Amino acid sequence: MIKLTINEATYKLHVNPDTPLLWVIRDAVGLTGTKYGCGRALCGACTVHINGRPTRSCIMPVSAVAGQSITTIEGLNSKAANAVQSAWRQLDVVQCGYCQSGQIMSATALLTDNTNPSDEHINAAMSGNICRCATYVRIRAAIKLAAKSLV
Amino acid sequence: MKKETMISDAKIVNESRRAFLKSSLMTSAGLTLGIYFPAVVARQAQAGPGNAGSEAVTQATFQPNAFVHIGTDDSVTVIVKHLEMGQGTYTGLPTLLAEELDAAWSQIRVEAAPADATRYNNLFWGPTQGTGGSTAIANSYEQMRKAGAVAREMLVQAAATKWGTPAEDVSVQQGIVSHRQSNRMASFGELVELAAQQPVPAEVFMKDPHEFRLIGTVLPRKDNVDKVNGSAIYTQDIRRRGMLTALVAHPPRFGAKLKQFDAGETKKVNGVVDAVAIPNGVAVLAEDFWSAKQGRDRLQVDWDESNAFKLGSDDIMARYKTLAQQPGRVARNVGDSEAALNEAGRVVAATFEFPYLAHAAMEPMNCVIELNQQGCEIWNGEQFQTPDQLAVASVLGLQPEQVKINMLYAGGSFGRRANPQSDYVVEAAHIVKAIGGQAPVKLVWTREDDMRAGYYRPMYFHQLKAGVDAGGNPTTWQHRIVGQSILKGTSFEQALAKDGIDQTSVEGAANLPYVVPNITVDLHSPDIGVPVQWWRSVGSTHTAFAVETFIDELATTGGKDPFEFRRDLLREHPRHRGVLELVARKAGWGQSLPNNRGRGIAVHESFNSYVAQVAEVTVAGDGSYSVDRVVIAVDCGIAVNPNVIRAQMEGGMGFGLSAALSSKITLNQGRVEQSNFHDYTVLRLDQMPEVEVHIVKSTAAPTGVGEPATPVIAPALANALHAATGQRFYELPLRVTS
Repeated sequence: MIKLTINEATYKLHVNPDTPLLWVIRDAVGLTGTKYGCGRALCGACTVHINGRPTRSCIMPVSAVAGQSITTIEGLNSKAANAVQSAWRQLDVVQCGYCQSGQIMSATALLTDNTNPSDEHINAAMSGNICRCATYVRIRAAIKLAAKSLV
Repeated sequence: MKKETMISDAKIVNESRRAFLKSSLMTSAGLTLGIYFPAVVARQAQAGPGNAGSEAVTQATFQPNAFVHIGTDDSVTVIVKHLEMGQGTYTGLPTLLAEELDAAWSQIRVEAAPADATRYNNLFWGPTQGTGGSTAIANSYEQMRKAGAVAREMLVQAAATKWGTPAEDVSVQQGIVSHRQSNRMASFGELVELAAQQPVPAEVFMKDPHEFRLIGTVLPRKDNVDKVNGSAIYTQDIRRRGMLTALVAHPPRFGAKLKQFDAGETKKVNGVVDAVAIPNGVAVLAEDFWSAKQGRDRLQVDWDESNAFKLGSDDIMARYKTLAQQPGRVARNVGDSEAALNEAGRVVAATFEFPYLAHAAMEPMNCVIELNQQGCEIWNGEQFQTPDQLAVASVLGLQPEQVKINMLYAGGSFGRRANPQSDYVVEAAHIVKAIGGQAPVKLVWTREDDMRAGYYRPMYFHQLKAGVDAGGNPTTWQHRIVGQSILKGTSFEQALAKDGIDQTSVEGAANLPYVVPNITVDLHSPDIGVPVQWWRSVGSTHTAFAVETFIDELATTGGKDPFEFRRDLLREHPRHRGVLELVARKAGWGQSLPNNRGRGIAVHESFNSYVAQVAEVTVAGDGSYSVDRVVIAVDCGIAVNPNVIRAQMEGGMGFGLSAALSSKITLNQGRVEQSNFHDYTVLRLDQMPEVEVHIVKSTAAPTGVGEPATPVIAPALANALHAATGQRFYELPLRVTS
């Protein structure tokens, strides 16, 4: 049995310890905002926070994060997160939306650490998150808009 | 106000050249169809997008037609017949209806239409329901506005009846019905009961464009809350009671068949329930994804590859080059291009090569299917309702109308979910059939499955020759295209293959807009055993590159400015010229740039929308380059939602940029060499240029914006790289020689 803390709730789960965290979150816990896109940490759709750090859940064995604080898109609730989600809505960033949970998790982690990111900071934090709709112009603009509101 | 007559047989005439589904699927109803307006009914309101019809909530509503119902709580629910895959149709179509209803945008909700072509057919596709070809706004423009106008008229009549006032004195604004003289007003919800008793009007008033209040303004997307907080539901997220997740072992080469399999080790995996043979491989069913994946990894399969496709990309291209030495089927002929070529003062010739491309939507293909007493029910990012209903019914021995489809959000598609063979949907049907319908099944493709399943944008080879007179003007143009037909062998072949020409292979080439007195465009469509399909902007993905880089080469080799050269030759095409001039002005065309930088221009029409782009690049000494800025001008008629149009220009360009910079699918002895985003590389945030979008003011009927930006970036970029380096580019993706 593995004990997980997701969005401040505790789950005791009988799962194979090698199972990637992504599939535990989606199939065992039933939170579906975190998406499967590649299974190899190449696209970022599965990004969650582990102790506040953005992490690709699709290659993270669930046994490695037992007892740690896991946050998914459903549990986001911080000044930075609210600023990011509000900017995302204000600029109509989303298109198909499938990658956006991951984008928002990465952007929130960035702005939690750095409320005045440069374009290079944004590139470094966000280039691991693919968006096939190419909403990148608005992602960048929304991060800057959110940053402004955090000052 | 303009009066439209006889709403009950309101006619919408298809003016799209992509009347492509006039196929064997279609009846002779052809392109002119009535709008279905059922009798007014009070109905039970139903749950939101994707759940149409599954969970009723009790609330009386007024449903004047198939596209809107209004609740006593003032909610206006717009039923959208097209798939929301990112292009903004859940915002654009409700805008049309809300405009004529004079509703407030905040009271508009969106519900997915069920699969029912009698009410929800694409008016450009005959009696077929589906989304594609950038047709959603264009085919719905009158239909949705009329649906809104009918509802408005009935609400006005209800108010007039209630207040004993003439209907002419009743007005509607922002969802409030009022009678100014007596200072009375009512919300829509207060009038629902009475409105449902009014006769459906035979005539309705429609606004003139200058009266539009919502159309042309920036309204927030209707899907920008649930897609930001993680609650938006995609096929991947559906869970049914007792549902099993299925992964399929597909053959390693196209055309290979299952010989036998051993699931001994598979069935030892905890959570694995079954492994079954289906026509295209072996399905492993488990209680969850990871168990199914572990089970599939342990499966032993023997394949019969005797009829499998075993050529590589190089073999295919060599075959195409040989074919190009012979004339093909003529798609367009004007004058005598061969004689003119012999007389030309100067001849320019070039050949172009294009690879296979995968759609690689962020959500890999998937489908949920469940058998029940009525037939079957499907949950899917559903893009092709009518063909999918027919295909699934055929597998399961049902009538098409017994195939109930819940249209969910699609995590991208770019054409992939509108598969003429219904490939992945049929695969799901075969799996649920193979287990005797014992459990609902969620078919999930991994990224690797998705990348290697075929249905690619075809490889193409193009050969161009042009003759130029002493003044530098083209006198003759020969364009030969070699590549697989997308439509051949599908139920759509009859519709689009005119005189043996698949129109999707030559669109963007056969309709060359430049003034050239002698033109021949011909086509070879060889049979190759690789499944192919339309990919965002279809034929234009390759034709625009060949035409727009070649015309650029004619300009520069003749010492002419590429913008001025095009402008002059577009004298018969004012809308092409309009976007070209606008983009040149906004981009600062002609202003000097440093040595290692370049600016390139391209213009192209697809799906009756016109897009011009100017790209600016910086090239480093080692041949690497960055795209710094792209300026886009678009003419798509009336701009229904300028913000959605800008988003589609940005994103559509970005999608094309992936293929210009790096994406390609290659085959080695029939095996697909790419598998995931490490070797099928796509555009990332740090590669995205600054983008500026300019929309031409127009009163023409609106046309689509989902695709037309995509094909323009590769030629604009190649032309910019030429300006920076002096090199010309004849292959995608674009590689600069250092």
